[in-house]
Amino acid sequence: MFDPYLIRKDFPMFSNKTKMQKHDLVFFDNASTTFKPQCVIDVMNFYNEHETSNSGRGDYDTMYQVDQAVLETRRSVAKFINADVNEIVFTSGATASINLAAFGYFEQHLTKNDEILITVAEHASNVLPWFKLQEKIGCKVKYIELTSEGKLTLENVKKSITNKTKLIAIANVTNVLGYYTDMAPICALAHKNSILVVCDGAQSVPHMKIDVKALDVDFLAFSGHKMLGPTGIGVLYGKKALLDETEPMILGGGMNESFEMDGSYVLHPTPAKLEAGTLNLQGIFGLNAAIKYIEKIGLDNISKYESELRKYAIERMKEVKDVVIYNENAEAGIISFNVKGVFAQDLATLLNSKGIAVRSGNHCAKILKNQIKEIATVRASFYFYNTKEEVDAFIEALKEGGNFLDAYFA
Amino acid sequence: MPILLNPQMMRQVIMDHYENPQFKKTPGNPENFEKIHMHSSNCIDDINVYGLVENGVVKEAYWDGVACTISTSSTDIMCGLMIGKTWEEAKYIIDQYHHMIHEEPYDDSVLDEAIVFMNTSKQAARIKCATIGWDAMDEIICKHHHEK
Repeated sequence: MFDPYLIRKDFPMFSNKTKMQKHDLVFFDNASTTFKPQCVIDVMNFYNEHETSNSGRGDYDTMYQVDQAVLETRRSVAKFINADVNEIVFTSGATASINLAAFGYFEQHLTKNDEILITVAEHASNVLPWFKLQEKIGCKVKYIELTSEGKLTLENVKKSITNKTKLIAIANVTNVLGYYTDMAPICALAHKNSILVVCDGAQSVPHMKIDVKALDVDFLAFSGHKMLGPTGIGVLYGKKALLDETEPMILGGGMNESFEMDGSYVLHPTPAKLEAGTLNLQGIFGLNAAIKYIEKIGLDNISKYESELRKYAIERMKEVKDVVIYNENAEAGIISFNVKGVFAQDLATLLNSKGIAVRSGNHCAKILKNQIKEIATVRASFYFYNTKEEVDAFIEALKEGGNFLDAYFA
Repeated sequence: MPILLNPQMMRQVIMDHYENPQFKKTPGNPENFEKIHMHSSNCIDDINVYGLVENGVVKEAYWDGVACTISTSSTDIMCGLMIGKTWEEAKYIIDQYHHMIHEEPYDDSVLDEAIVFMNTSKQAARIKCATIGWDAMDEIICKHHHEK
């Protein structure tokens, strides 16, 4: 049975009773990063304490074991999103993954006559690489219009496609408004028009079952640290044929078969050719442990619980005078809001003074301000280890929103 | 003159400068001013600070842009404090302010209303907000002093 109170016992950040401003820490910034369960920490420590060696050669026992463990993680990531094992590239995170797709694949395949479709709700990581491509090759970045709520609809995607569109790059779940976009019909429509789809899965993969084959996305990017894993490890999924045509952005050891004095060289096959240099081995092992932990809890349970918690939080936030919620009907456990008359940062500071961690600002989606007409919002984002009691503490703190300067004079 | 040590009054000073900033405007003759643009990556603050320094004295000081309560208020108070001060006086005040923010011994006699930010270190994430305008003015007066 799903029990968040039992789950919390697995996380040192809870069992160590971490305090912030003398209060028990309430961590509502899970869209930014997540806590690590002990099993993730243990597997990383074990590598450093008992199994340290490099990967890629297998000349001796510990190195062979490390190679096997890397392969096991690749298999486990592949199974997690229903990909094939050679379609999984380890990167430093979702940002690096999108950049690899942009500059490794699309820079070689787009021309100045082509158009890329994104939305204003995208994270910087799914905007700036495309701006850079626009600068470099002269293709055009265009925006699919969102509904007044900030949602992406298939209808609007259809309206935005022209005969120049070659790529649609969109988030599966947006990081400020938390709206879920069903990628399957968009991919079907795109492919019918010979358009490829890059999916930013940073906010979806940790929270819901993603099946790349069923969705038929061409590339999918996500990060380990937003799904209980360590920082510095992420994944680029790409269809094998596309990864085969992806140029490495970094060259060096671990990705070549041979090179000669005349300048000729042969690279390893996909995915190794895209993973130059020593891999983030402890990160890879941590990611594997995180995936196993999430699978044990069950993504269906996680989605269901987060949705309940969100509903509870929204209901309770409505009790608080002057709270404005920007995404009441979103699917993900992300709530963007303000308290009338209180600047977002000041509200975040007040919440900090009560031990509650939230983000304020524009959350890396700096062009979204044009949509929601606010320069900054406060974002509370949940994961399955958060509880209704934590929501209650958050509500009590919010009720003091009008006295936000208390944080300075308590 | 150390005043305003009552939290209610300190709060009022911050809110007054936030709601009715006296020096928040773009000067009509910006070319005469030294202008520093400041942007904070952890807050929304994105401001320009303008200083007109003549013969080693700060004649005028303004700021414009987008800023939170703490940066609006602290920058506005800073502008008021700087006007009419010599380079040495202005630098001394800025240094005392930084000492206060970082919980080091400081001379409160020169800080006037800026003393309302004495508790900023309790909210470490906001130190940048309380100092962003001050850092810009520090750069302006130091630049002027070195060019002299």
